[in-house]
Amino acid sequence: MNDVKFQDGLIFEVSDLYYSYDGRRPALEDFHMTVRAGECMAVLGSNGSGKSTLLKILDGLYFAGKGCVRAFGQELTEEAFQDDDFNAAFRRRVGLVFQDSDVQLFLPSVWEEVAFAPLQLSVGREEVLERVESALSTLNIHKLHDRAPHQLSGGEKKRVALASVLSLAPEVWLLDEPSAGLDPRSVRWLTEFMLAQGQASKSIVFATHDLQLVQSVASRACVLDEEHHLLAEGAAADILANEQILLAANLI
Amino acid sequence: MNKVHSRRAGFIERTLIEINSTLEQSVFAESIARRDGLLQSIDARLKVLTTLLLLLAINLSHSLAVLAGLYGLALLLAILSAVPAGFFIKRVWLFIPFFTGIVVLPVFFITPGPALVHLPLGVVITQTGAQAALFLLLRVATSVSMAILLVLCTSWNTLLKALGVLRLPGVVILILEMTYRYIHLLLHTANDMFLSRQSRLIRRPSGAEERRMAAANAGVLLGKSLQVSHDVYLSMQSRGFRSYPRTLDRFRLQKLDLWYGAAILALAIVAIWLGR
Repeated sequence: MNDVKFQDGLIFEVSDLYYSYDGRRPALEDFHMTVRAGECMAVLGSNGSGKSTLLKILDGLYFAGKGCVRAFGQELTEEAFQDDDFNAAFRRRVGLVFQDSDVQLFLPSVWEEVAFAPLQLSVGREEVLERVESALSTLNIHKLHDRAPHQLSGGEKKRVALASVLSLAPEVWLLDEPSAGLDPRSVRWLTEFMLAQGQASKSIVFATHDLQLVQSVASRACVLDEEHHLLAEGAAADILANEQILLAANLI
Repeated sequence: MNKVHSRRAGFIERTLIEINSTLEQSVFAESIARRDGLLQSIDARLKVLTTLLLLLAINLSHSLAVLAGLYGLALLLAILSAVPAGFFIKRVWLFIPFFTGIVVLPVFFITPGPALVHLPLGVVITQTGAQAALFLLLRVATSVSMAILLVLCTSWNTLLKALGVLRLPGVVILILEMTYRYIHLLLHTANDMFLSRQSRLIRRPSGAEERRMAAANAGVLLGKSLQVSHDVYLSMQSRGFRSYPRTLDRFRLQKLDLWYGAAILALAIVAIWLGR
């Protein structure tokens, strides 16, 4: 996957996407989207509009029922991910932070959680130790390193979830409702973290209905309506200024 | 909660009490494992091996004096490891009568030997029987004490990881660790479910209603645990997991571990030799 040249720094290219969990009702339908390198793209939509499903498709966890999803120029299909090399190369480049931190923190201690991803991707012992130290320091959670997830507050869990992906050093961050359930101070901290990732030329796609967060960090935005269709796509400032779109998507 | 004890508690209240008690016990046990003490400073793998060695010595010993000495060693280790003595002794001796006591009871009467005590209806407790029963009780109590010390002075997760020293496959250890992790999550979920149900009750539900609630709650919890297990697997895949987990062994033997290991080895050999 590293050798693939992708067009004009295109990270994701989604066209005519259809996905359904039960084969009858769509979770996403007729969806189009592109994400370029270094962009911070907000995926806006009300609850149940298909935002989380989209992120899981972009992370190669679910696969398009119809249409095409490409990442770094290659189509994301179940067959492609059966190839260990493809899987490892993709996982090294793309990291997903789940909405529910309890789902993401499945190991007994913070340290092991942060070490999990690089270990699975066969990073050497010394580098794993370095990456874990660095991620714990960056997120200021060193003192939590031997704590069990059930002993952490919501804000601490979110930091650990971010650290568990940061240790991968991904090029692309996928964040599912990153500010959900966080107190104002944690949201401020999260905003700074996302801006810092953007300044480090990382691409970010995040699903949210937190318009304040979109205003603070997103360069572009796309909006899903309650029928799971793409309602609008464009510069984040333009989308936020369009009251009609926000009303139609049940965001205000 | 005090009100709960003032009348016979219903299903919801009993469940809440049990869940809270389980969570409290878990927090208390973890707090002992985090104290500054001898056993807490010892490498968990070594603790597993030395505990097995001591269990071997206890079970090979045919001498009451040696068993008493080994029980004394368990008490000494508990004190040096900042385990509250009263809690430790109670935990062992409250459990013994229920399990071993019932098994041991007939030994008092059926073992042939000189009479020690004559009871009504011609029942006799023999000296040999009493000695055999005491021997078995002390052996079980000492073994349980050693096992409890290991569990109290080692965080559950470290202990599971240390089981790798017994050649337990990594995937089994990972499953055990995740089970422990998600039992906590589901306990909290169950607690919230029962609290929310309790907050909306205006009268004590009937037995049939309680059974319906219990079945409904069990169903919801089962559904939730299935959903969580699906999402956890996705999150593992997302971070590169394929079919076998790669883990990093962070255990390191220190000088204290070597001294402790040597001392326990010597004591076990002496105990086996004296108690043969």
